[in-house]
Amino acid sequence: MMNGAQAVLESLKKEGVDVVFGYPGGAVLTLYDAVYKMKFPHILTRHEQGAVHAADGYARATGKVGVVFSTSGPGATNLITGIATACTDSVPLVCITGQVANPYIGKDSFQEADIFGITTPITKHNYLVKDVRDLPRVLKEAFFIARTGRPGPVVIDVAKDVFDTKFDYQYPEEVHLRGYSGRYIGREEELDSVVEAVTHAKRPLLFVGGGVIGSETSDIVRDLVRHLGIPVTCTLLGLGAVAADTEGFLGFAGMHGSYAANMAIQESDLLLCMGMRFSDRVTGKVSGFAPKAKIVHFELDEAEINKNVAADYRVIGDLRWSLPLFRDKLAQAGADGARYRDWLNHTLTMSREHPFSYKEEAGQIKPGALIRRISECSDPDTIAVTDVGQHQMWAAQFFDVYKPRHFLTSGGQGTMGYGLPAAMGAKIGCPESRVILFTGDGSIMMNCQEFATIADNDIDVKVVILHNCILGMVGQWQRLFYNHHYSQSELKGKTDFVRLAEAMGVKGYRLSSPEELDARLPAILNEPGPALIDVLIPEEEDVLPMVPGGKRLDQMVLGGNR
Amino acid sequence: MMKKFLLAVLVDNKPGVLTHVSGLISRRAFNIESISAGYTEEPDVTRINIVVSVESSNELDQVVSQLSKLIDVIKIVNLSKVESIERELVMIKVKATREHRADIINVVNIFRAKIVDVGPEDVVVELTGSQSKIDGIIEVLSEYEILEIARTGAIALSRGPVPVKQM
Repeated sequence: MMNGAQAVLESLKKEGVDVVFGYPGGAVLTLYDAVYKMKFPHILTRHEQGAVHAADGYARATGKVGVVFSTSGPGATNLITGIATACTDSVPLVCITGQVANPYIGKDSFQEADIFGITTPITKHNYLVKDVRDLPRVLKEAFFIARTGRPGPVVIDVAKDVFDTKFDYQYPEEVHLRGYSGRYIGREEELDSVVEAVTHAKRPLLFVGGGVIGSETSDIVRDLVRHLGIPVTCTLLGLGAVAADTEGFLGFAGMHGSYAANMAIQESDLLLCMGMRFSDRVTGKVSGFAPKAKIVHFELDEAEINKNVAADYRVIGDLRWSLPLFRDKLAQAGADGARYRDWLNHTLTMSREHPFSYKEEAGQIKPGALIRRISECSDPDTIAVTDVGQHQMWAAQFFDVYKPRHFLTSGGQGTMGYGLPAAMGAKIGCPESRVILFTGDGSIMMNCQEFATIADNDIDVKVVILHNCILGMVGQWQRLFYNHHYSQSELKGKTDFVRLAEAMGVKGYRLSSPEELDARLPAILNEPGPALIDVLIPEEEDVLPMVPGGKRLDQMVLGGNR
Repeated sequence: MMKKFLLAVLVDNKPGVLTHVSGLISRRAFNIESISAGYTEEPDVTRINIVVSVESSNELDQVVSQLSKLIDVIKIVNLSKVESIERELVMIKVKATREHRADIINVVNIFRAKIVDVGPEDVVVELTGSQSKIDGIIEVLSEYEILEIARTGAIALSRGPVPVKQM
């Protein structure tokens, strides 16, 4: 016999959970008593939002399910942004939220909120557990659902008295869900027609998304690139699927993607899209997207087929099934690199002629120069995490990512405040890797309380603030499309981030001149322990290239030059 | 042009399943004409009947594949694409003064409807049939004073021995 709280932790152990991120409160006191008694590894964040983003960063960096605890009412509603962030980017999470005790449900009790109802549209699945006998089955199902198929967050809302109730605990060996198997084996014929299309194509382009990273099929994508000798691009979430120095890698595509990637999409006659969902940020004007190409969509989630962009060929199924088979069939068909050589060279020329670039200006630290310098100082195992805004795009442009799960960013939701807690979670999941957060003076304030968590637990994260005294991306749009009306986007620069970090027990540094990128930055990055590096950059710097809203990818505005 | 389709959706009979289905419909902004749910021949399965209104077959595919993703959805069959019988039940409360009562009874008989309650000032009419037949009787009865209408929304079964769960 054990109580519901112990049953939760026993189940987490059986699922191989090695750390929980959370914050206690009234409805989860019994759960936290079990954490105390069983000495379950737990990171106390300073805000529930910090906990859920930390679990998300942990999950993206490790591929394991991130686990979060919070109390009822406001504790649970503080998770909402993080759950939505994880849902849109297909990140596996299990969030266990306390609910008021059974007799109090529906009475507008203290700290009661309908978390089941609130989280329904932003979870892969959710539960309200009112009977302790359901708890083991629900936990088993939750982990299974979160990590299989297209991964996503699962919320388990547990009535307070369920944690207290003693029962005969047994963890099920298997799940029985009539409507969900978690297995997606498709039809081989679909692949045959794609192989046929590849052998006839003249300008094929690989286009990979976050699904390749989530399904751990990067190696096969790399085989395909090598074997076919064709160019490859990716979405923001697909960064790291192929190494930055791969021959044929054109950089990421989309609104702030590279000239070569966007032009290659527009010129391609066969776009091989893998594990991506054609977000509006990546397609530009949908009707003008890849006008010359037949589109092949390799995708596990059938609902993504034809959702935003119509596919000429579909290969529905798990990439772990389809991609190896595709590679083998291509090898049998004798498709190889030689015949695409001219096309590959053409894209590489575009890449060389229009790289991501910036204008040097005396006395100023250019964001591109800063990130490129950090990239040069970093080993290939460095995990780059970003917040959201201009710095995020600059990081995607100038930081070289070599491995999957080494570029963590909130793509779909664009959640400011994601970065600091996510970087913390990534470091906890991958203690051997260096973790660098790129953030802005806007984003960092949205979860800066987590410096306290970082200091308490000595989590070695290097936080680089691209400090331009403005909400940069908002400012850029106001500059370009709203006649320079910087409405409520100026931050005035009175905040002293170095002292902010130091107040919470994290070392702080400030860099303001370009010489310091060589003279001081490498040494700061190599110091052990967490640090904040406040880097002053010019205010009026645009992220370019840029595909303005409603324009085609080939109508991008170029800029910069060395 | 909007077209209507009747989907039979078999779901696990678990708490929250209606929240999941209705939450999905609102989140994806699907147009739903009617939705009804009830127990089936299997105690742990609920059947939800949804009449969805879409502009294209692509939109219909989206409705079906998004609904299919819900963990507690077991099976979806588009009954408008197979031979099937569709019915809806309506109850209509009509003001029935002495002078109109005979006319109302006439209308009821013509439509093969039933009068299931009679009061001094009103009658309650019950009719089962296709949606167009129900729309028809409502139109005719509106010449009198309709006090209240309750409709179940359409349900359907396929013709022949094969149930939806085996399709």
